[in-house]
Amino acid sequence: MKKLQIGITAIAAAIALIGCGQQGGGEVKIGHVGPLTGGIAHLGKDNENGARLAVEEANAAKIKIDGKEVKFVFVAEDDQADPKVGTTVAQKLVDAKVVGVVGHLNSGTSIPASPLYNQAGIPVISGSATNPKLTEQGFKTQFRVVGRDDQQGPAIASYLATNNKPKVVAVIDDATAYGEGIANEVEKTLKAAGVSVLPREKGTDKTTDWKAVLTKLRGRNPDAVFYGGMDATGGPLMKQGRELGIKAVFAFGDGACTDDMAKLAGAAAEGLLCSQAGLPVEAADKKFLAAYKKRFNADPILYAPFTYDAANLLIQAMQKANSTDPKKYLPALAQLDVNGVTGRIAFDAKGDRKDAEMTIFTMQGGKVVPIAVIKGGKTTAWAEFVKK
Amino acid sequence: MDTFLQQLVNGLTAGSVYAVVALGYTMVYGIIQLINFAHGEVVMIGAMVAFTIINLLVPAGLPPLVIVLIGTGCAVPICMLVGYGMERLAYRPLRHAPRLAPLITAIGVSIILQHVALMIWSRNILAFPQIIPSRTYFVAGAAITTVQIAILAICLALMAGLAILVYRTPLGTAMRATAQNPQVAGLMGIDINRVIAVTFVIGAGLGAVAGVLFGTYYGIAQYTMGSILGLKAFCAAVLGGIGNIPGAMLGGVLLGVIEALGAGYIGDLSDLCRWGVPLQACEGGGHFILFGSNYQDVFAFLVLIFVLVLRPQGLLGERVGDRS
Repeated sequence: MKKLQIGITAIAAAIALIGCGQQGGGEVKIGHVGPLTGGIAHLGKDNENGARLAVEEANAAKIKIDGKEVKFVFVAEDDQADPKVGTTVAQKLVDAKVVGVVGHLNSGTSIPASPLYNQAGIPVISGSATNPKLTEQGFKTQFRVVGRDDQQGPAIASYLATNNKPKVVAVIDDATAYGEGIANEVEKTLKAAGVSVLPREKGTDKTTDWKAVLTKLRGRNPDAVFYGGMDATGGPLMKQGRELGIKAVFAFGDGACTDDMAKLAGAAAEGLLCSQAGLPVEAADKKFLAAYKKRFNADPILYAPFTYDAANLLIQAMQKANSTDPKKYLPALAQLDVNGVTGRIAFDAKGDRKDAEMTIFTMQGGKVVPIAVIKGGKTTAWAEFVKK
Repeated sequence: MDTFLQQLVNGLTAGSVYAVVALGYTMVYGIIQLINFAHGEVVMIGAMVAFTIINLLVPAGLPPLVIVLIGTGCAVPICMLVGYGMERLAYRPLRHAPRLAPLITAIGVSIILQHVALMIWSRNILAFPQIIPSRTYFVAGAAITTVQIAILAICLALMAGLAILVYRTPLGTAMRATAQNPQVAGLMGIDINRVIAVTFVIGAGLGAVAGVLFGTYYGIAQYTMGSILGLKAFCAAVLGGIGNIPGAMLGGVLLGVIEALGAGYIGDLSDLCRWGVPLQACEGGGHFILFGSNYQDVFAFLVLIFVLVLRPQGLLGERVGDRS
């Protein structure tokens, strides 16, 4: 037993030594965190690839900071989309002395990890976490290049109000923080636009039978129904609504803005409206799309353009401040105003992206397809937006 | 009026599915005084098996109705096997143990079945293939779909079939005899082990059909769907009088209707502004709603509590002395 313990100690010591050996020199570590295992591993890998591409391009460009050529080392970690693992790997990155982090993918892992980065003074930019709380904690080190959920509600509501011109709208939510939050924003925006909103109806995130609620609403003849919740409950809701003969437009937030809606609601899903924070990958810069395809032999899935921009922002801030020290380049990062592959990027005081884009989708032939982009309160039709 | 009628139609459809599931609870309770909490999981497995078979057959290009029938035809024997298996392995060895032991075993079996389903069918919500073309008819302003009509008809047929089996056949007589007194039934030459096993198998078969109906109606299936459905059906069985077969049918349908009407009207009735409570939120035609329709699932349990307090033997049940 004693021998075994000594053996383990020796191995641990050896690993620690190897770990030390990697530090120093002109190497600068940039971390990335996303789920690389589990149900959304494909999205995690997509995020990682975006950031990896940016780092590799920076290395190929032989960037000089403070007169020395810098070699960026990309450290990719797996948080399994699990908040507990998220904090563990965040600590691991802090201990490894990374100078900046791109990630995490989920709001649920980003929020608990953010105080660790803040304490260590390491800037972290998420390319996909949309929960407003992330940047509401007052951490100077926290940024995101994607829109917030509370910008999404106003976007879908104003699109609905201007394009479908409903007189009466019913708003339903699933009594979760996400569902209630987005439904409140939608209701506020609709009321401001002079649309009358029926008293809020509620389900839960496990409701399968919406008929009681929908029957009640049918009696009040709404022109549109907005549901704040996920596709698993939104699909049955829309199917049952059509079965009851409700002809209103059904609108959803990003939780129910998936192709799965077509499977869950069948033919009834056709024509739904929904919104997502950010832009579909097709809208990203063409050069980026080609480079990504060449490097990874696949097309980006969802947020890779955003993580690519996030990693580039870290590098550009270092160049601007002429330092790789997080304390020195952090102020430069907060003041950057550049054109990324997802459009112009500048941060507000909270670290949120100014004028983040929101995209409106509709269901066509079993797939959600983009129909409009909303940026800074202005709506552009999708066809025109892509042309630009 | 058409809103009320519609809620009634919704409630009857959901209620008839509850009734078929409740039969499984009440038959088993009637015969061995065991609340088989794993019955909800049998319903779930029925839906899942049908889901898999239907998905496999869709590319074959058979008529939709035939595919669903084959799916159900596979789900029923598999669920019967599960029902027989749990009786044989989990409950029979405990037949003479204190009543708490099989009850806790039932909860254990339920957890095991749920996790087996989790391993086979994943934790995702599955979209139950909606291949039967559903048409909506309007009767006096209330919409009713072909699927709803089919559910009502199938549930009615199953209940009638079970009633005939129990009250008009030798097997049914043996079941009722075993329910009254297993020892004496045994002395009269009835193989009570066989009768109890058959009861489980029939209950599981009914559960499988209910699972397919549930999946077709709502368009979704998930490994956790059995627990809430099972609990509601259990409430329905208690409402009608547990152990009483017509009671389970009545209880299921009643519970469905209570739920639909409750969820449909609780919002309006708990609107404080409607009752003239002077609140700031009420000004200018505002609303202050205490309980929304998300309390839908609560009604089943409210009913359970009221029944247990006011009429523990249920609507159709008779007060019986504790036999043990």
